[in-house]
Amino acid sequence: MSANADAIRQARERLDAHVREIVQWHFNPDTGTPFWLERAKSFKFNPLKDVQTFDDLKLFGFFEDEWLRGGPVRRWVPKALQHKPTYVFETGGTTGIPKSRVVQDDFRIDYEMFSDTLPEKYFPKGANWLMLGPSGPRRLRLAVEHLCQYRGGICFCVDLDPRWVVKLIKKGWMEHLKAYQEHVIDQAITILSANHEIKCMFTTPKLLDALAARLDKEGSSIAQQGITGIFCGGTEMTAQWVRFAIEELLGPNVYIAPTYGNTLMGLAAAEMPKAEDNYKITYYAPQPRAVVQVVDFKDYNKVVDYGQTGRVMLTTLTKEFFVPRFAERDEGEREPPSAKYPWDGVSGVRPFREFAATTTVGVY
Amino acid sequence: MIHIPVLRWGEPYKSLDVDKVVHFATGEPLAEVGRANAGLVERDLRHAGRARDVLREIPITDLLERVKKAADLYTNAELPLGDSTQTPDQFVRMQSATTGLPEHMCRFNMTKNHFVLNQMDKILEALTRGLDLGVLSRGYGMERGVPISYQAQSPVLGLVLPSNSPGVHTLWLPIIPMQIGLVLKPGPQEPWTPYRMTQAFIQAGVPRQAIAIYPGLGDVGAAVLAHCPRNLIFGSSATVEQYKGNPRVQAHGPGFSKILLGDDMVDQWAKYLDLMVDSVLVNSGRGCINCSGIWASRHTKEIAEALAERMGPVQPLPPEDPKAALAAFTVPGQADAISADIDRDLKEPGTHDMTAKFGPRLVKKEHCDYLRPTVILCDSPTLAIAKKEYMFPFVTVVQCPQDKMLASIGPTLVCTAITEDKKFQRALIDATHIDRLNIGPIPTIKLNWLQPHEGNIVDFLFRARAFQFEGPLPE
Repeated sequence: MSANADAIRQARERLDAHVREIVQWHFNPDTGTPFWLERAKSFKFNPLKDVQTFDDLKLFGFFEDEWLRGGPVRRWVPKALQHKPTYVFETGGTTGIPKSRVVQDDFRIDYEMFSDTLPEKYFPKGANWLMLGPSGPRRLRLAVEHLCQYRGGICFCVDLDPRWVVKLIKKGWMEHLKAYQEHVIDQAITILSANHEIKCMFTTPKLLDALAARLDKEGSSIAQQGITGIFCGGTEMTAQWVRFAIEELLGPNVYIAPTYGNTLMGLAAAEMPKAEDNYKITYYAPQPRAVVQVVDFKDYNKVVDYGQTGRVMLTTLTKEFFVPRFAERDEGEREPPSAKYPWDGVSGVRPFREFAATTTVGVY
Repeated sequence: MIHIPVLRWGEPYKSLDVDKVVHFATGEPLAEVGRANAGLVERDLRHAGRARDVLREIPITDLLERVKKAADLYTNAELPLGDSTQTPDQFVRMQSATTGLPEHMCRFNMTKNHFVLNQMDKILEALTRGLDLGVLSRGYGMERGVPISYQAQSPVLGLVLPSNSPGVHTLWLPIIPMQIGLVLKPGPQEPWTPYRMTQAFIQAGVPRQAIAIYPGLGDVGAAVLAHCPRNLIFGSSATVEQYKGNPRVQAHGPGFSKILLGDDMVDQWAKYLDLMVDSVLVNSGRGCINCSGIWASRHTKEIAEALAERMGPVQPLPPEDPKAALAAFTVPGQADAISADIDRDLKEPGTHDMTAKFGPRLVKKEHCDYLRPTVILCDSPTLAIAKKEYMFPFVTVVQCPQDKMLASIGPTLVCTAITEDKKFQRALIDATHIDRLNIGPIPTIKLNWLQPHEGNIVDFLFRARAFQFEGPLPE
């Protein structure tokens, strides 16, 4: 169902107000973020006065994720939050220095908001979870474990080093890759067979394929293992894959919740894809904390028309982290606001065409 | 627009993900091809055994008849293509339009496929060295009073096919008559032959459950290779290197096919000029059997000049022109990269571009590019370019003493050695880095279909083993 004009306007007003609050926070000499305070010295505008609406964020130009490589990482922690325990979430890092994002409570807030989108019938409160995804410095485990705990469950995890997986692929060691994938699935099978009453899981498309295939070889299935809800994300997910998963791997009694997100943004949710919509997956960012735009390939200042294809641009607006206008490594189609999410969404997310050939997607 | 579906053991499956195949010269979309996903391939391959089961219900002699019927259907009939149909002329036009190969070459490849299908009984007889073909069905038999057993190593053969060379399809045509199913991952620009051949097989009475076609991206090819116990893959030298020593995969890469002129015959090189030109130029130099190196101890400059005089003037012509000798490069940037690679190598002293005077090598058009024939004279076999191969009429003429040739040529798929020197002939026969050996004036592109190509496909699919029995056995 599409959103009405009032809801869209109100959402936009909330976003503009939120932008003002967050920019004031990050650029206030008392509370602000050292990185941004330093950078502001070279601005030809005054963020505290000149940024009043979301559109005014254009003054910042484009965020470069290279700024996140290397330290000191504390320059990203706002002064007002320096006393709080801080995590670092990393992305990349197969070769060279990974990008780091500092986090204190954002992951909890993001995943609690996401939790509210999950249907109780398939993700019952109190159910235990399996986290079948990356371990280590990506820290996705931390977020998924919090989601599980927030819903009253206990989360079981596997060891999975995605950096090693990418190395195996780059070296062409496909037998080793297969063996490593089996090692990961072995761990999942062991957990599922241990009577832990697991009903929900996080996983990626490739790992779900692999888990379903293994269970099938053993005469079982995801549904027969008692799983009723799957939170799926981490890599590209096409409509065709979701359809295949629903029709052939999961069956009618298992819900799949596709998500799009990353360390910088948090989590964009989608409704369960349906056959009548050709299994189209439309993601909506948790606005106003994060905003997804689909922009013209040749002019990132221009949002494309609804239904048109462009590059995905992210903006993160939390008190912990300010990322204005970051051009993601993805592209997709711009989607109109919905009744549930009265702001723009994005569908058909896939690797940005200029990077697609050089992007290595591993088992995770 | 025609929609070409994924084929899951003969059953069409309309994928939500599609790739458009476009005309190389106009950019006009010709068809949309459904894209499979890796999990789907793995899931379907649980039923691979059924492909062999349904084929084993039909005696090999009957399958051979059906394959001959399929040859005629493939060549002459209007056959289903996705949600439409396709005549032979449409097939030729579509294949040319997406691969860049001139139409007369597509027709020639069609004739070649027809010939192979039509001769299949003789080909299998030759490849099995006269084995009673019932042994392949039953798995056992008697020969000269000795029990024998040939055990299928896989119920299906997986094939990751290329886009650029419709000639390779002959390699998988003998599979169905051996009662082994087919799992085909077509090249992105050449879905036409796998679909048309499959429809011809089905109309000729081959069970549809014996064939699956999975178009898609790299993950689909990887899934085919991972889940079929026996596979053929076509790719670059890197692909060949990646699968070296893997008993599940037979990798076909560049051929580095060559003509060696022995010291006893090289003074008469002009007599063999037509043979050399044909070996380089036929099929626009795209095949692994096209010659990419001509080696001799003397007269190399004259040979290179004569080749350049013959091939240098060749220009791109429209694909429907019966005189068109060059295939277009339809993948953006590919021709530029090849030409730049050659230019880099030409900086090495001792290399001479003999075709430079005939105009630029790279011809850029709006939607495609061409590379015109290139002849490079090499003063020594140690030059980097001496062992290069590209998918257009490209040849190096390499000066090398005869007694150093075999140590210098490197892996060679087809070697035509023009010599009557018995000692040299013996060394050639014993050289293990030569696959197909022609002694005498035989073009590298002339194949005897009754002989194995890069390994015997029967040996790849069936294992001869010891087998003893007492009492009755299953038929």
